[in-house]
Amino acid sequence: MFLEQLINGVTLGSIYAIVALGYTLVFGVLDIINMAHGEIFMFGAFVGMLLVSKAGAPLPVAFLGAIVVTGAMGLLLERFALRPLRARPGASHLASLISTIGVSILLENVAHQIFGAGNHLFETPFAEIRFQVGSVTVYLVQLVILLISLALMAGLSLWLSRTRSGKALRATAENLETAGLLGVDTNRMITATVVIASAMGGVAGVLVGMAFNYINNQIGLSMGLKGLAIIIFGGMGSVYGAMAGGLILGLSETFVVAYGSSGYRDAIAFVTIIVILLIKPQGLFGQTLPEARR
Amino acid sequence: MERNVRAVAGVVSVLFALVFLGAEKARPAAKPKGEPVRAKIGVIAIVTGPGAGYGEAITNGIKLARDEVNAKGDVFIELKIEDSSAKQEQALAAAQKLINSEQVVAIIGPTLSNEMRVVGPEANASGVPIMGTSTTAKGITQIGKYVFRNAMPESQAIPASIGKAVKKYNIRKVALLYGNDDVFTKSGFDTMKETSEKLKLDILTVQEFQKGQSDYKAQLTKIASLKPDAVFCSALYEEGAVILSQARKMGLSVPFVGGNGFNSPKVVEIAKDAADGLIVATPWYGDRNDPKVKAFVAKYEKTYGKKPDQFAAQAYDALYTMAEALKKAGTADRERLRDALAATRDFHGVLGKFSFDAERDVVMEPTVLIVRGGKFQIFN
Repeated sequence: MFLEQLINGVTLGSIYAIVALGYTLVFGVLDIINMAHGEIFMFGAFVGMLLVSKAGAPLPVAFLGAIVVTGAMGLLLERFALRPLRARPGASHLASLISTIGVSILLENVAHQIFGAGNHLFETPFAEIRFQVGSVTVYLVQLVILLISLALMAGLSLWLSRTRSGKALRATAENLETAGLLGVDTNRMITATVVIASAMGGVAGVLVGMAFNYINNQIGLSMGLKGLAIIIFGGMGSVYGAMAGGLILGLSETFVVAYGSSGYRDAIAFVTIIVILLIKPQGLFGQTLPEARR
Repeated sequence: MERNVRAVAGVVSVLFALVFLGAEKARPAAKPKGEPVRAKIGVIAIVTGPGAGYGEAITNGIKLARDEVNAKGDVFIELKIEDSSAKQEQALAAAQKLINSEQVVAIIGPTLSNEMRVVGPEANASGVPIMGTSTTAKGITQIGKYVFRNAMPESQAIPASIGKAVKKYNIRKVALLYGNDDVFTKSGFDTMKETSEKLKLDILTVQEFQKGQSDYKAQLTKIASLKPDAVFCSALYEEGAVILSQARKMGLSVPFVGGNGFNSPKVVEIAKDAADGLIVATPWYGDRNDPKVKAFVAKYEKTYGKKPDQFAAQAYDALYTMAEALKKAGTADRERLRDALAATRDFHGVLGKFSFDAERDVVMEPTVLIVRGGKFQIFN
């Protein structure tokens, strides 16, 4: 049973990690928590569901469709909910947080109108492929989810540390005005960041559909909250922190059920987070923020 | 204001009483044979607002029964339907109006157990028989000797389904799984646990989940590793269907026994083939091979354009039970109606054979159903 639960935990953790990566990217650059990320992720799941289960399209098309739709949503989010606030001098730091909360409520209700409140079956033959390792059944989906999350993490950290645009992004994150003076098109950088983060949410949405077979319009809320907890736990703005935090939360939730009491699943997982934060307040991989960021 | 209303209600009821007394005097003392028993029955249901779907089914069922009863000629029933909007205070006001100004001989309703908790004592104090058709909470008929119900509580349905499943599959070891943040699923679980202990089943593990969870694999993996003969699962159908699907996918193919929350065609719609092997007990089964049921379903569908659900069926039977008791009482008198109702035994309605016990609660054999080939079928 240990191995099976380990696989369950890693799968769940990888999904948490991808959701958290989206949060962490936006936070690292914009210093804002994008509360609408969970709902964008939910839309990605629904787009994937419509393409795969209703239209019978192959999986790559579902991923592509989800990426396009959620990317476009990110673009709109940045254009209408974030940029107008950034342009105003003296706008409170919290204004953008509130506006993204507004967007998240709007999106949840729109999804309710379009898709209804119930569960939708996410049906794909790919999710049925499995193989036997010893006495343990492994689904290919579970492997794919882990690989995609690792690839996204590696890709992101490479992009941020090695490429020119990554450098520009980090400069923007460091100081918006200075980066602008040095010739970085900061508006474009920020838009790109939000779009990429949203598209990653879309990918996570399709993966959730494949892993759990069902989606509803509430998954954005529950996954979004977990994602938020993870970035605080892993260290705000840290790519590795999001990955490690996601895996730790997924594994601890699963093992609490396996060897403890399922009634305390969330309680114990979050107590773990609180304890770690008490020991290391800036999070697992977090650094004390440079003064310039404040 | 409150006092004014009461005063007005008092005056009105006195006036009505006078009118009635007058009518009583004018009427010949002995009722000639062949003349139907005329009775005014009040109905309190949720006609508007959230939950209006229940009220619609209930009033539809009652109206259909009234038309049939009146056509037979032994009893003539006049209905007074009042809306409670699912609010306790509105239900109480409706009851007061029915009892005092409309002078009904009995009341059917209200829809919710919560409403019954305020309406029941009022009717009981006024000596008006009242029958809930959808009030399944504990302690409803214990309100007083005028309070009845024909809605089967989960505490009767679950033992029936578990009993049958245990016998058929020779179940010895079970795993329990339930939603621990919902009053309804929690009370279903309590009944399951009690029943398992009574039957001396070996409870291998108790697993819990919370609303809105989408991944049940951790709990299911644990259950599967213990190799139970069956899983008793108290969940609402949205979560229940997902649980079934994930369980079957990981190879947990033992029978699932569910509570009333599982009893919905939606389970099959969501879980598809994975729903096979789900066992539930229900007071109402629309596909039963009984001419009474078939006639009711056909008539209801023709009149209202949809199939009757459990709520319509229970309401339909409730009015028939009342009519039967009125016939036995021979007159529309609250006291005599109460006694006749309490004496109801083996009434044959669309729900099956139905009796009241000494506490005016339901005694009936629920139908146990199993999902096979994507359809609820009788489980034998």
